[in-house]
Amino acid sequence: MGQRWRLRIEPTTLVVWGIGLAILAFVLVGTVSTLRGGVYSLSTWGSLLIFGLAQGAIYALIALGYTMVYGVLFMINFAHSEVFMSGPYIAYFVITPLAKSGFLDQQPILSLLLTLLVAMAVSTTLAVTLERVAYRPLRKAPRLVPLITAIGASFFIQYAFRSLFGADFKVYPDVALLEETSWYIDTLQIRLLYVVIIVAAVVMMAGLYLFIRRTKIGKAIRSVAEDKDVAALMGIDVNRTISTTFAIGGALAGAAGVLYALMFKQITHTVGFIPGIKAFTCAVLGGIGNIPGAMFGGFFLGIFESLGPTLFFSGWGIPSPTQLKDVIAFTMLVLVLIFRPTGLLGEVLARKKA
Amino acid sequence: MQGQTLGDLRKIWQEAWPARRGLRHGLVLGGVSLFLALAGLLEIFAKREVIGNTLSMATALLMLLAFFAGRQASATVRKETDRLLPLFLAGTLSGAIVGLLLSLLTLLVSQVDMRDIFVYATPTLVELLTLGLPIGSAVPVLIVAGGAMGALGVAWDYLPALFRRMAGVGLVWLFLVALLRELVQDLLVNQGLPRAQQGLLFAGKGLSPWGVLILLGIGAGWVYLRPYLRRWLSTPLGRLIGLSLEGWAALYIALVLLERLVLIWWPAAASVSLIVRLALWAGTAVAWSLLLALDAPLRGQVQERFRQPRSAQVANAFLLVNLLLLLPLLVGIRWSDVLDNIGLYVLMGLGLNIVVGFAGLLDLGYVAFFAIGAYTTGFLTSRLAQEFSLRGVIGWSFWAAWPVAILLAALAGVLLGIPVLRMRGDYLAIVTLGFGEIIQKLANSDLLKPYIGGAQGILEIPKPVLGNKPLVGSQELYYLIFLSVLLVIYISLRLAPSRIGRAWMAMREDEDVAEAMGIHLVSYKLLAFAVGAAFSGMAGAIFASKLSSIFPNSFSLLISINVLCLIIVGGMGSIPGVVVGALILVGLPEVLQEFAEYRLLFYGALLVFMMLARPEGFWPARRRFRWGVEEAGQGPTGRTG
Repeated sequence: MGQRWRLRIEPTTLVVWGIGLAILAFVLVGTVSTLRGGVYSLSTWGSLLIFGLAQGAIYALIALGYTMVYGVLFMINFAHSEVFMSGPYIAYFVITPLAKSGFLDQQPILSLLLTLLVAMAVSTTLAVTLERVAYRPLRKAPRLVPLITAIGASFFIQYAFRSLFGADFKVYPDVALLEETSWYIDTLQIRLLYVVIIVAAVVMMAGLYLFIRRTKIGKAIRSVAEDKDVAALMGIDVNRTISTTFAIGGALAGAAGVLYALMFKQITHTVGFIPGIKAFTCAVLGGIGNIPGAMFGGFFLGIFESLGPTLFFSGWGIPSPTQLKDVIAFTMLVLVLIFRPTGLLGEVLARKKA
Repeated sequence: MQGQTLGDLRKIWQEAWPARRGLRHGLVLGGVSLFLALAGLLEIFAKREVIGNTLSMATALLMLLAFFAGRQASATVRKETDRLLPLFLAGTLSGAIVGLLLSLLTLLVSQVDMRDIFVYATPTLVELLTLGLPIGSAVPVLIVAGGAMGALGVAWDYLPALFRRMAGVGLVWLFLVALLRELVQDLLVNQGLPRAQQGLLFAGKGLSPWGVLILLGIGAGWVYLRPYLRRWLSTPLGRLIGLSLEGWAALYIALVLLERLVLIWWPAAASVSLIVRLALWAGTAVAWSLLLALDAPLRGQVQERFRQPRSAQVANAFLLVNLLLLLPLLVGIRWSDVLDNIGLYVLMGLGLNIVVGFAGLLDLGYVAFFAIGAYTTGFLTSRLAQEFSLRGVIGWSFWAAWPVAILLAALAGVLLGIPVLRMRGDYLAIVTLGFGEIIQKLANSDLLKPYIGGAQGILEIPKPVLGNKPLVGSQELYYLIFLSVLLVIYISLRLAPSRIGRAWMAMREDEDVAEAMGIHLVSYKLLAFAVGAAFSGMAGAIFASKLSSIFPNSFSLLISINVLCLIIVGGMGSIPGVVVGALILVGLPEVLQEFAEYRLLFYGALLVFMMLARPEGFWPARRRFRWGVEEAGQGPTGRTG
C-alpha cells in the first residue's frame, strides 16, 4: 500500500530526500578529506576494522534474537537487551570465583565454556519466562500493547538486577590466554581475543543457520513465521515453537553477552540498552525477519561504527569524533527505515511484514 | 512396586487439586516476597511503621502478601467448588507457603554469607524477617502466621459486603496515611500544629493506636454515611445548604488569596481593618446565596439534560481552582517544589497525550522536545555562548525566550516528524527513541560545546521576572506552571472534540480508513507532533529557568518513559488521566524519597501490569481507545509502513 504514497511526490518526500542527500554529501566530503589528510596509518584502519568485526559479531548474535522473534510474533522484543545483559551478569558470579581460585588460568578454555554455558542458560530462562509471563497473554492484543509491555519488562528487569545485585560495575577478570596472545602483521596487531570472538560468533551463527534450515524444529519455526494459523493446522504446536524461538534468541544473546563482557570487561544493569538498540538496527539493516540478513547487518554496523567516526568526522575537524559513534548508528537506523525499510538485503519473508 | 507407589503418588497428586492451587499461588506470591526481601525493599519498608513501635510496614506488607495468596487460591478453587474445606485448605496452604519460603530465606541468609552476590542479604534482613525472635522459633511463627493470613484471605469473602467495604476503605486509608506520614505531618505543621502536638495521630515512625482508630473510623464512616449524604444532598434543602457551604468556602479562599496578592504589591494594606474584610466576605456570601436562590434547577425544576445544576458546576469549578491556587501556601516551600515537578510532568504528559493518546503515534523520544525547549531558553537567556553574548544578541528575558523555545520545539517536532511519517507502530517507537538519544548525545558532545556547554551544561539561567520581582521560589513558580497547565488543558479540551481532534482519533483507529475519509495524514500527523512538541518545549523552558542550570543527563530516555508511563496509568487520551497519572507517578516518589532508586522498577512493573490487566488506564477516556486494528488472518502488520 506504500506504493500509492511513493508515486505522488509530496513536499515531505522532497524534504526527506534533501536530508538524505545532505547526510550523504556530509559523509562523502568528510571521508575524502580525512583520507587526504593522511593522519591515520593503514594499521590504524586495520585495527579499527578488526575491532569493528568483533563488535559486529556480537551485534549480529543479539540481532538474531530480535529478528527471529520479529519473524514469528511481529513484535520488537524491547526486553531482548536485558536478556543479553542477564547472562553475563549472572555468569560473573561464576567466573569470578573461578578466577580467584586460579582455575581460570589453569583451565581457561574449560572455565570459559562453563561461563558461557551459565550465561546462555540464564538468558534462555529469562527469555522464555518473559515470553510466557508478559507476551503470551497479549498475543492477540493490538500491536503496540506488547511493545509497551516489552518496554516495561525491560526496565523492570534492569532495575530488578540493580536492586538485587547492586549498582556497581561487575568487572570481568582478565583471561591471560586471550589477553596476552596476539599476532602482528607489520605493525597491525591481531589479538586472539578478537579472533576468538569472531570465530565463536560465526560458528554459532552457522550452527543456527543449519538448525533453522535442516532440522524439524527449524522448519516449524519457519512455518510459524510464515503463517501461524496454517502452521497450527499442520500440527505444529505454535506456543511451543514460539517458546523455542525465544529460547534460541536468548541463548545467542547470552553467548553474545559473555563475548561482550570479555571484550569490554565490565557489566552493569544498563549495559544492554545501547547494544540492544544497535542490534535492532542491524536486524533492520539486514531486513527484519531475515536471519542471514541479521548476521550481515551485524558485521556491517560493527565496522561502520568503528571506522565511521574517524572516517566521516575527523575530516571536518570535529572534536572527539568517537563521542558521536552512537549518533552514526541511530542515524543509520533512521535512514534505512526511511529509504529501505525492507533492509539492505531485502526481505526473505513476505513483503507485508515490514 | 516402585511403579505402583509412583502411580499412587500421582493419583494423590491429582486428587489434591486444591492443595495444588494453593501451592501455586503460594509459590508465586512467596516468590514476590522473596524478591522484595532480596531487592532491599523490605528493609526500606521496615523503616516506616503502620502503628508506631508495634507494626512495621514491612511486616504489614508480608502479611498482606500471604493474605492475597489465600484470596487468590480461594478464588481459583471457587471456580470448581463451593465446599469450605478445600477452599480453606488451599488458602491456608498458600499463605503458609509464603511463610515457608520466607523462613527458608531467613535460614539460608543466616547460615551462608551471600553478600557478594545479593547486596541486601544482610543480618539486618534476617533480623527483620525473624521479627527479633531466635531463628528456631521464628520459622514456625512465620509459617503459622502466613497460614493464618491465608485463611483470613479466604474468610474475607464470607464477611458481609458492607463490612468488607468499610474495613477495606478504612485499611487503605490507614495504610495511605501511614505511608504519606511525612507529608501529612508537614501539612499539619504548616497549619500551625507542631509535630510535638500531633501525638494523637502519630507515634514513633507510624500512627498511634488512637490515630489508627480515628483513621479506620473516618474510612468506615465515610463508606457508611456516603449514601445517606448523597441522598440528603439531592433534596432541595440539602442541596441548598451544601452548595451554600461550598460556595462560601470557595469565596473565603478567594478572599484569602486576594489579600495575599494585595499584600505583596501594597504592604500598607495590612492595616485595613478586619471589618472591611468581613464586610467584603459577607457581601460576596450574600451575593452567592442570592444567586443560588435564583438558580432554577435548585427550586426543584431539575432539567434532565444536566446531571448537576449549573450552580453546582460553577461552585465545584470555583472551589477547585481556588484550592489549587491556595495549594502552595498551604503546603509550604518544599512540597510546592514537588507540585512544580508534577505540573511540569502534566504539561509533558498532555503533550504526549496528543501524540500518543489522540493521534496514536508512539513517540519514545519525546524528551528531545523537552530538551530543545530547555536548551533554547538556556542558550537565549544565559550568557554562555560568548560570541553571541558579546554582540548582545542573547541574554534575553525569560518571557522573550519562552515563545521562541515553544516555537523551536514545535518546529523540531515537525522536522523529526517528517522522516517517520510513513512508519507505523513499533518502528516509529524505536526511531523516535533513536532521535531522543541523538539529541542527548549531541548535547553531550564537544561539537556544540561552545554554544550549549557540552557535558558541563548551561549554568546561570536567569529566573523569570514579573514586574521587578523575580519568580525565585517554588511557590511563585507554581503559579506560572499552574497557568501554563490550565492553558494547555484548555487547548487539549478544545482540540479533542474539534475537527482536528476527530481527525487524529480517526487516524489512531485506522490510518487507511482515515485517509479514505479524506483526512490528509501528512498534515495531521505533523500537526500532532508539532502541538505535542510545543507543550513539551513549554515545560522544558520552565524547567530550565526553574533549575537555573541544565545538563544533558537530565534529558535521558527515562523522562520519556516516565511520561509514557503516566499517560498509560491515567488512561490514553484522557486529560484528567494525565493529571492523576502525574500526581501518582511523580508526586508519590517525591514523598517516598527513600524509594528513589526503585522508581523505575515500579514503573517497569506498572507498565507490564497495566498492559496485562488494564490497558485502558485508571481514568479512561470516554471514547474507548483502541491501539490499532487487528486484521484477521493477515497478521497485525497488514499495511506497509
